[in-house]
Amino acid sequence: MIITFKIKRYNPEKQGEAYFEDFKLDVQEDLTLLDCMNEIKWTLDGSLTYRMSCRSAICGSCAVKANGHATLACQRQATHLVKGDTIVLEPLGNMKPIKDLAVDFEPFWEKINKVSPYLQPKQKAPEKERVQSPEQFSLIDDSSTCIMCGSCHSDCNVLEVDEDFLGPAALAKAQRFVQDSRDGKTLERVKNLSKPGGIWDCTHCGECVERCPKPARPFDRIKEIMTVALEQGVTNNNGARHALSFTKSVKSSGRLNENIIPVESVGFFNFRGLFDLLPVGLRMLFKGKNPPVLHKSIDEVEDVKRIYMELDE
Amino acid sequence: MKFALFTGCVAKGATRELMLSTIKSAEGLGIEFIEMKSAACCGAGVVSEKNPLLADALNARSIAIAEEQDLDLVTICSTCQGILKKTESHVDSDPSYKKKVNNVLEEGGHHYAGGKIKIQHFANVLGTEEGLKLLRDKVKRPLTGLKTAAFYGCYVLRPSGLSLYEDPDNPTGMEEIFEILGATPVYYDSRTKCCGFPIIMMNKNASHDMAGNALIDAIDSGADCVVTGCPLCHLSLDAYQPEIDRMNKKGCSIPILHLPQLVALALGYSPQELGMDKHIISTARLDKILA
Repeated sequence: MIITFKIKRYNPEKQGEAYFEDFKLDVQEDLTLLDCMNEIKWTLDGSLTYRMSCRSAICGSCAVKANGHATLACQRQATHLVKGDTIVLEPLGNMKPIKDLAVDFEPFWEKINKVSPYLQPKQKAPEKERVQSPEQFSLIDDSSTCIMCGSCHSDCNVLEVDEDFLGPAALAKAQRFVQDSRDGKTLERVKNLSKPGGIWDCTHCGECVERCPKPARPFDRIKEIMTVALEQGVTNNNGARHALSFTKSVKSSGRLNENIIPVESVGFFNFRGLFDLLPVGLRMLFKGKNPPVLHKSIDEVEDVKRIYMELDE
Repeated sequence: MKFALFTGCVAKGATRELMLSTIKSAEGLGIEFIEMKSAACCGAGVVSEKNPLLADALNARSIAIAEEQDLDLVTICSTCQGILKKTESHVDSDPSYKKKVNNVLEEGGHHYAGGKIKIQHFANVLGTEEGLKLLRDKVKRPLTGLKTAAFYGCYVLRPSGLSLYEDPDNPTGMEEIFEILGATPVYYDSRTKCCGFPIIMMNKNASHDMAGNALIDAIDSGADCVVTGCPLCHLSLDAYQPEIDRMNKKGCSIPILHLPQLVALALGYSPQELGMDKHIISTARLDKILA
């Protein structure tokens, strides 16, 4: 089929503004998006710039945005991506374009480095290897598959508005060490990851899971770190207090108590935080929109309490 | 059409107008909802941060309650929908985990079978052939001239494997409903993005920025109102809109409706009957368009 590739071009040495340029190709069913990009570069315009290497979804170089969403160009067939007769190609998001589809990964690596992405072992190196059981390895198996392609980072909804967020790739990498049975810095790691910009700033949008070309699924890994942080007692922050308050509320009534959770989340003695809650609270009260003061339990709440007891919560 | 209705907590709390308008929509369409009064909170992906098994056990219990009634389960909150589907997927994909979950439920007299009933958002029910026909037959006051911007809510779209929309990156289910109601759907990039609500307690500025960007996108696309399938999105976009508006130089004032409110308006109910006077952002400007 004939596909129009609408490619975002950018060359700051020639022109300050990015613009779209159309390339038409006759695309066979089995061609990947990267095959098509190569064909355009080799036969239509040699100046088209992008990163690529292995062509086997291993090196993580060729991620671009296709029709608005990050994808690994060598992993997807072009005919599966086409909308109408067009594929719009843009550089990855949340990173500065350098030229055409190549972006500056430097801030991405800085975030990865911030999570100390290396083993900090409990003991001195033994004579032979450190043994892990299959069960221990299964905890870090998925995050180990990350190929650092930047797709999750590109489409993260929080990074779009807050560059201080560590982001899904760095946090998935962090989980790989937080839950490594050989690592000795678990508590220190989850303390750092619980600070502003860390795990609790993830907004659950699921974009990172959707764009991840591997089983690394960053959001799932972020949730695993949250569980470890709570187990380790790292609870002096709004995110952890929110999770604890929420869980307690469901235990007592089977339902969310929307009047209590915001207060418990910011902390009873956090006067500034409590003060910040006032405008929205009063606004809702004025409109008769505030949650009922007498909080009703669900029917058969005793069964919910029993489940909590059975699971030691 | 008869369903077990999983109301979720927020429709009984801070967005009671969602519950009200859901009841009115069902009444107007002749859909029977049996409220699941003993179902627990879905946990909103937060209880699972503390204890994933606990969250799955609570949700498997809720699904089991619908199974016992032999009714498909309907949600009116994108978050509840996504979370219940996640539990269904966790439990169904691992027989030993399913056994573990059922062991927890057993003493309470419940058993999660799995695969017996469907878990659908109200928008998905209305989007079926039968639902669309019902809507077509029952519309009394077409919403002609009203430009509506759908805001789906992350959890009904991602992960796409659990979404009921055919193309979760480019869903059209809500817009199809708008067209049948006589309204004009507005397509804009932010309609599948996050409203920022989950981090409103942790990173307020980022949360409001996310909501603000979506509101500005909808306004720039010509929308008269935003329509959402998720009460948490509604809180973020409506209840916090004064703060968001102040943060944005451009300003971003726009009414936010719950999907069942839009449906019930077209069925002939008045804005007051649908609790639209409870919104923080006045919906009065829509009256002029619909007059």
